[in-house]
Amino acid sequence: MIELLAQVEIRDRSADSCVGDNGFCPDWIVDNFDRYVDPLAEHVLLTVVAVAIGFAISFTLALVAYRRRWLIAPVTQVTGVLYTVPSIAAFFLLLPITGRGFTTAEIALVSYVLLIIFRNVLAGLDNVPAETKDAGRGMGLTARQLLWRVEVPLALPEIMAGLRIAATTTVGLATLAFFAGAGGLGEQIFADITFKSNVVVAGGLAIVLAAALDALILLAQRLVTPWAGAHR
Amino acid sequence: MSPPDPAQHQGPSPRPAAATLEFREATKVYPGQAEPAVERLSLTVPSGDVCVLVGPSGCGKTTAMRMVNRMIDITDGDILLDGASVRERRPAELRRQIGYAIQQIGLFPHLSVGDNIATVPRLLGWDSARIRARVEELLRLVSLDPDTRDRYPAQLSGGQRQRVGVARALAVDPPLMLMDEPFGAIDPINRERLQNEFLRLQREIRKTVVFVTHDIDEAIKMGDRIAVLQRGGKLAQYASPAELLMFPASRFVEDFVGADRALKRLALQRVRDVDLWKAPLVRIGEPVAEARAKLSESEVPYPLAIDADARPLGWLSEKGLTGERVEPEYRSSARPLLDLDDVLRDALSDLLAEEAQYGAVVDAQGGVVGVLSIEILGHALRTDPEEVPSGADAL
Repeated sequence: MIELLAQVEIRDRSADSCVGDNGFCPDWIVDNFDRYVDPLAEHVLLTVVAVAIGFAISFTLALVAYRRRWLIAPVTQVTGVLYTVPSIAAFFLLLPITGRGFTTAEIALVSYVLLIIFRNVLAGLDNVPAETKDAGRGMGLTARQLLWRVEVPLALPEIMAGLRIAATTTVGLATLAFFAGAGGLGEQIFADITFKSNVVVAGGLAIVLAAALDALILLAQRLVTPWAGAHR
Repeated sequence: MSPPDPAQHQGPSPRPAAATLEFREATKVYPGQAEPAVERLSLTVPSGDVCVLVGPSGCGKTTAMRMVNRMIDITDGDILLDGASVRERRPAELRRQIGYAIQQIGLFPHLSVGDNIATVPRLLGWDSARIRARVEELLRLVSLDPDTRDRYPAQLSGGQRQRVGVARALAVDPPLMLMDEPFGAIDPINRERLQNEFLRLQREIRKTVVFVTHDIDEAIKMGDRIAVLQRGGKLAQYASPAELLMFPASRFVEDFVGADRALKRLALQRVRDVDLWKAPLVRIGEPVAEARAKLSESEVPYPLAIDADARPLGWLSEKGLTGERVEPEYRSSARPLLDLDDVLRDALSDLLAEEAQYGAVVDAQGGVVGVLSIEILGHALRTDPEEVPSGADAL
């Protein structure tokens, strides 16, 4: 615990009064920006992998539960419990089992997004108008064709909305991944939490990353649902 | 005749004959319900006819229709499509052969109009050139602009969507169409337009159609045969519109068709369909003796004055016939003027509105061709139902 939180000296306090005063120092930031590149890359990886795996699992669960409605309650309860476990607690609970590192962080992050994506996929499928499904069936689409050609495409706005929430949430949670020894921007923030320049840059990068992912998914949504903006 | 150019006929498929549909004691009992929703329904729809299933809500008309393409499975009895049981067909494969149009239309909002129409052709594996040609043909058939192809359903008006729904149901030229209140959600003016358009279309394509409605007027207008169902899915009567209106089989049918059934019956025929009386046509200035001779030959007691182009001027009074020559002394104007294309109900309405017993009937040029009287209308009600046109033929 102590070693985890041990402060790493990231600056030479003697050289600059701004740095010495824990201030916001543009010069220092320009000179030291390199040290944030690798943590940012780690952070992107942590987030993207967690959202991708979380999506694969919860999308599959939602498709299965869509047809077998009795599964909805148990899946919601289990993923709901996972959602409410504080992530720091999850990291420490997992440490004895999976050890320190990327895998442990991912397990916690993935379990956190399951509920969000599961609920959104299911809501999207449930919101497909009954008459659209009826017409599709009546024209001779099989259940599988109806699912992939009609129901999933029409659920895309809700599915993508779920992905956006999941991605931005995960960026935030991944700042705690260093507790599991998985690095990321959080490690930088906590490396010198008293130093404004450091906190602003590392924290700012996390915010920028969240905004960028959000915008990217939104753009993807526009591309895959060109019909959603169509009005008379 | 030269042989058809194969390139030209590549797109639209050759018309398959319309199917014959037979309900044979078809019964549906929903699980957990004691009473059947449809009980031993037996009726045959001849190929190319529109059969309207009509009745109050809860009479099982939609259930009966949905049993045909196995959207609802039959509990007992059978439904035969061209003699073959639908129970033995795989549902998806059966449905691709049967056009399906519903009140809420159910267009796919995420697909363009063209892709919506192409749904079943794609399921059947048509190549893209054939699909393209067919979509174009169908848009024309339902009077939609070719540009509509690339628009999304959300960009269309209700009437346009309805047309796309019909085009989509017709895409692979199915021998049978199922239509569940297809015009139910449209405002009255547009509904009448769509009904007329559909009848015009039907006159060309002659599909076998099962058409569900709760509206007896729509049933009378659209149907070649009408099946009136009562609660519990029992068939109360299956007859042509004229027969249904003239000889309702039970008190239930009589009540359902309404107290104005004679008027509804008049709506099935047009002025051109009945034998008009010969009009005693006279010109101003002609010898009174001639005018009196014409009058004695006609069943109409008053002479009708016409101009040089045979257009009516008015009904002459006795005073006009007192001298040597016919004088322009009128007892009343020539109104109402009835058109050969008017339905008899409208003609009757015009006569009543003018407090007239006789109405001059004019052709498209405005020349008098005969006289319609209240007596003729009464007579028309006794026409053999077999001779009264129905559905697309009555248009």
